[in-house]
Amino acid sequence: MIARLRRAAIAPAAAAVIALAVSSIALLISGNSPVNAFVEMWKTIDSSESTVLIINRAVPYYVAGVAVAIGFRMNLFNIGANGQYILAALLAGAAGAAVSLPAPLHVAFVLVIAMAVGAAWAAIAGILKVARGVNEVISTIMLNYIATGLTAFLVGEYLRNEAVELVAETPKLPASAQLPSLNPLLELVGIDVGGKAQLFGFLPFAIALGIAYHLVLNRSRFGYELRVSGANPEAARTAGINPRRMVLKAIILSGAVAGLVGMSSLLADPQFHKYGDQFPKTFGFTGISLALLGRNHPAGVAVAAVVWATIERATQRLSPLGIPQEIGVIMQGSFLLAAVVVFEVVQRRSAAVTARAVALQAESRTAAAPSDQEATP
Amino acid sequence: MRAPRSVSTWWWAALGSVAIMALARLLSDNDDLTSAGTFGVALRTAAPIALAGLAGLYAERSGTVNIGLEGMMIMGTIFAGWWGWEFGPWMALVGGVIGGILGGLLHAFATVTFGVNHIVSGFAINLIAPGIARFMANQLFVGEPGGSVTNSPGNTSSLGRFTVPFLSGGDLFGWTTPDVLGWFEERGWFAVADLAGAARGLTANISYDVLVVIALFAGSVYVLWRTPFGLRLRAAGERPSAADSLGVSVVRMRYYGMIISGGLAGMGGAVMVLFTNRYQEGQTGGRGFLGLATLIVGNWRPAGVAAGAGLFGYFQGVTLRVEPEQLVRALVLAAAMALVAAAFVAMWRRRWSVLVWAAALAAAGFIAYAMADRPNNQFVYITPYLVTLVVVSVGGQRLRPPAQAGLPWRKGSQI
Repeated sequence: MIARLRRAAIAPAAAAVIALAVSSIALLISGNSPVNAFVEMWKTIDSSESTVLIINRAVPYYVAGVAVAIGFRMNLFNIGANGQYILAALLAGAAGAAVSLPAPLHVAFVLVIAMAVGAAWAAIAGILKVARGVNEVISTIMLNYIATGLTAFLVGEYLRNEAVELVAETPKLPASAQLPSLNPLLELVGIDVGGKAQLFGFLPFAIALGIAYHLVLNRSRFGYELRVSGANPEAARTAGINPRRMVLKAIILSGAVAGLVGMSSLLADPQFHKYGDQFPKTFGFTGISLALLGRNHPAGVAVAAVVWATIERATQRLSPLGIPQEIGVIMQGSFLLAAVVVFEVVQRRSAAVTARAVALQAESRTAAAPSDQEATP
Repeated sequence: MRAPRSVSTWWWAALGSVAIMALARLLSDNDDLTSAGTFGVALRTAAPIALAGLAGLYAERSGTVNIGLEGMMIMGTIFAGWWGWEFGPWMALVGGVIGGILGGLLHAFATVTFGVNHIVSGFAINLIAPGIARFMANQLFVGEPGGSVTNSPGNTSSLGRFTVPFLSGGDLFGWTTPDVLGWFEERGWFAVADLAGAARGLTANISYDVLVVIALFAGSVYVLWRTPFGLRLRAAGERPSAADSLGVSVVRMRYYGMIISGGLAGMGGAVMVLFTNRYQEGQTGGRGFLGLATLIVGNWRPAGVAAGAGLFGYFQGVTLRVEPEQLVRALVLAAAMALVAAAFVAMWRRRWSVLVWAAALAAAGFIAYAMADRPNNQFVYITPYLVTLVVVSVGGQRLRPPAQAGLPWRKGSQI
């Protein structure tokens, strides 16, 4: 277990060192002391308020990462998580505001609509792939732009809150569809945020999603078939797994989870409870980075989401100090690029080691039984 | 496999679209639909898309899928904004190329040398490029007069413009030649005026950087299909092991492909900087992906990329000239009429299922035209992506991407 953890941590650690080196160089170029900058970053994140803000941001990131990871597990590049979730957030927000239900049902209703919309939008790419052989990277990129245009059109024309004149946004969700802040829970375990930040109530849903992802992936027949199809499509086909059906299932499941990405903002963020101009619209792309960094692992993606949110929070207060805030994006980008390169190198290295071991084994076997070798020329 | 379409089919299609656009112009009573001004803007907006498409073409022909086009364009815009402000407009073009090449080299380094998944690496470049651009803008432009973290102070001057003599009334040794196409356009004759408008848009007042783009397309056709280098580059994308067995270095070819690809994408960014005369954050606005779309719609061929970019450029250009409400109605009308024409062709060829689809969609188009009381220019925005999606789903069998594009290759592998 420890050895496995250590092996899993080597590549990200190496990538982190590279990312720190790259951002230090960038800081030096900009005439700032890297040490000073990192100290300032630490000061920003070293408070319970920052912890809450980081978790709040990490939650939708995590959901997006899981959505993308489900596709990745099957070698499906669901670049379209972004389009799936903005369309889902818009339609779920509009539908949730249009009905009145008792609180738990209301939340469930919004979640179901969001998952259905995300799944339906993803299904377009899935159907195109199995029926017409269209590469999902291409179709989801196009569907992202179409979703962007479609949401702008729908919120501007049909789902608009007529009471608000200047901006196009959906009506606010009623209180029964709003998830409460988890601050009382924090105080129960002795953490005092002091009312400076609210821990959003969507966190338990994200944790449940992570557990469900782990169980489905590692403990269910579907998860097994998914992993086999991703690892070796030929073996999967031989084992009687229908590749087309798996593609469709995986992409629809990925889309359904993607539909939940916007739910933390929609249901739990007091700033929103509606879909509009300010609603975050790029989390789906972040999810791709996180799935890559977390190697599609339920816990790995969670760590990546927290790291991502931490970098964003840490660099938030740099600008007034004269340190370029963009160092955060450079750190993230170099981290991701370094990580994928290091993963590849490690994988090649271990593949070479395995190949050598297999060759050695085969050699010793042929040495023991030379007659076999001659019998089959 | 069906026989390739004959040349005459394309001529009929071209003639048909001219007639349809002319009819749409007359019926919707909107001269700007096919005016020289509209086509001029279309050419201008098509140029960066076309460059991005050509960039993708070099990458994929040499065997690398380049999702990072958008990022490389962004690198192009920041370098072009910087050099254009420091050294002038022509150096902006050079700077854009260099900025793009940096992105291309990074992509080649990750995918060719380390075998990282091409989509992953390209995605990472799209992530990091805006960060680098913002970081550089912060270092370079903040505190300069007119400059800020989101835009450069502006280029020192702009490139000149060129008008073809006799056709569109350009100067010849100081003598203003007659504007023949302009005269035809003003007459407003059916189809003739529309063609004249299109031709005049493509020959009058062209900025020199757009001329460079046109030359690059012509040059690319020659280089890729008429030179040994082009053959080797394409072989690296089609069948790397065969190329390798003949002594071609696949790794080197793929690096060359990505350097050219990055340079062209960066130039696409520079063309945008030259258009607005300054670097503005986010000015590429997804044109890298639009370029990728033209690559697919254009079937991985320069002429196809140019045609796709022209179509998408027209959609973007026309939105700048015509009121969105009128525009959408006119375009819906044009699309419906095109579908009627397609239905007749299908009937002629006895392709009944196509006939039914075309007729049904045409009917829907006419109904939409009659009922469109609240059209929205979001539809114009999504049209290129919708077209691409339809093309890949319907024409998927006809499309032929390079066989090994996107697959890692190492010396000694069998593919």
